[in-house]
Amino acid sequence: MKKYIGIFLVFVILVSTLGISCKKQDNKSETTNGQLKVGLVFDVGGRGDKSFNDAAYAGLERAKKDFGIEFEVIDPGEGSDRESALRKLASRKDIGLVFGVGFIFTEDITKIATDFPDKKFGCIDYTVDPRKEIPKNLTALEFKEEEGSFLVGTLAALISKSDKIGFVGGMESSLIKKFEKGFTEGVKYVKPGNRVLVGYVSVTGDGFKNPGKAKEIALSQFSGGAEIIYHASGLSGLGVFEAARDQKKFAIGVDMDQYNEAPGFVLTSMTKQVDEVIYQTIKDFKEGKFVSGVKSLGLKEKGVDYVYNDKNKNLISDEVRKKVEEIRNKIISGEIKVTL
Amino acid sequence: MRLFTPYYLGANAANFSERSGVINIAIEGFIIISALGYALFTIFSGSAIVGLVMAVLISVSFSLLFSLFVIKLKINQIVAGVGFNLLMAGLAKFLIVFLFQSSSNTPRFNSLPNIFFLESIPYLGKVLSDYIILFSFALVFISNFVLFKTKFGLRLRSVGENPEAGESLGIKVRLYKLYGVIICGFLASLGGIWLASNQNSFSDGMIAGRGYIAIAAMIIGKWKPVNIFIACMMFAFFEALEISLQISGTFIPSQIVQMLPYMITLLVLIGFIGKTKPPAADGIPY
Repeated sequence: MKKYIGIFLVFVILVSTLGISCKKQDNKSETTNGQLKVGLVFDVGGRGDKSFNDAAYAGLERAKKDFGIEFEVIDPGEGSDRESALRKLASRKDIGLVFGVGFIFTEDITKIATDFPDKKFGCIDYTVDPRKEIPKNLTALEFKEEEGSFLVGTLAALISKSDKIGFVGGMESSLIKKFEKGFTEGVKYVKPGNRVLVGYVSVTGDGFKNPGKAKEIALSQFSGGAEIIYHASGLSGLGVFEAARDQKKFAIGVDMDQYNEAPGFVLTSMTKQVDEVIYQTIKDFKEGKFVSGVKSLGLKEKGVDYVYNDKNKNLISDEVRKKVEEIRNKIISGEIKVTL
Repeated sequence: MRLFTPYYLGANAANFSERSGVINIAIEGFIIISALGYALFTIFSGSAIVGLVMAVLISVSFSLLFSLFVIKLKINQIVAGVGFNLLMAGLAKFLIVFLFQSSSNTPRFNSLPNIFFLESIPYLGKVLSDYIILFSFALVFISNFVLFKTKFGLRLRSVGENPEAGESLGIKVRLYKLYGVIICGFLASLGGIWLASNQNSFSDGMIAGRGYIAIAAMIIGKWKPVNIFIACMMFAFFEALEISLQISGTFIPSQIVQMLPYMITLLVLIGFIGKTKPPAADGIPY
């Protein structure tokens, strides 16, 4: 008898966990009178991450308002059901365009785009592999992080009184190296004699969520003479902000405006306009101008930028602002080439 | 110095438990839950002291639960430990999402107050004025004294070495194992509180395996507080070295630099320590 109760209990637990996990992927459908439906699958972290995914969602909302489209999103949470989420959206008759948010979708979306040749696909932060061809119906949206980083690098160099500037990276990978290189070039462009102190949290993905270690790295960079630290380390960046607060020095945020993480100690943030890019892609699609292939978004396309608003205005003098804007124009006109 | 604190607290926690014959790899879980407990109660009460007290209570009550499993119900200690670690990591994430609608971190909160008059000491002031850091240094002497110089320590160790002999002399074996695990929960909670307090927020995955490193330090330290102290110092030193090497911009590839702490640990383990011997009845339910 006891045994049966045990089996029954296990069964109940199994069913209830299944129920929970199914609930998690509940599709939120928003219906309006639009003609077009857009599907989108979030990255790990999902909505409410105050960064990447929320920005993507904001882009959808704007497109909905302006073009009257409908959209449907799936939040796969942690796990490997990203592919099935994409497939589910792609196989729907009323959905014409499907987005994957994050480099993690690269492989899955390439495969699914080949399987559904009559649908269109977009992938944010697509990792381009030169050996592989990108399907005709897929637009690979790549950000020129190095250009935005270059710009904040010049800004940091102009403001810093010290000749050392810090950089904290999350996982040591080619994506984060782009940030580091652009930043270093930016610093050296303004003040060739300056040095960038570089620190990476880890060589694995855990480097994006170890704020404790990031704080230690930032503290030792500050004590090594740095006055400003730029971070590209996801959640670990919170440690960099803590260190800045501790030492009453500056940090530079990434991806989104991170001013509120440490008000007064965040000089600016290098932003990636994920919302704008999604908005634009939907617009192009709607007007029948969908282009496949790699789309690199730099300063020119307003894909990357740095924050200058009421909150951090008093930290950046007009003179510095003017100089940085000049450099921005030079990059856009091609006078300054940011190498990779 | 700061890197050292959570390691030493965790390693000592593990040591008290293992000395009483309970392998406790749930240290990581205890650290997670106390860091979270501290975060939650500090946020909701607005007082770091309340957070501190509650975090210790939470961790101790979880260590009671753990001892219910491994001492009373005699579940395999490794299995229970792994289970606890998974549970804590999941629970922490769940609570954050549930309470703050954020997938990964809590809002900012206050850290523990410092000892003011010590803060003015140049260079060392920042370190010396932190209660938990001070306590972890004092712990070298305290735990050495408790384990090797008191009746309680003798009994605790005897329970871990040879419970049958202990019982034949009238020692309540399970009770002493329970003490060991509770002390373990208490010390681990301080480690977690310190991490959360230092960071002023709790974020998913922030403990980053420090509990396991603490266990490694305990083994390298041969279950002796003073040796563990040296082992933890070594870990912390090489981690600090790794950071400063990276910043000074050496030509050595950073992968190798990041490997240093662990590589040197292995070398030390092979070359200098000799045979490490756990308490004889470690891990055997009684």
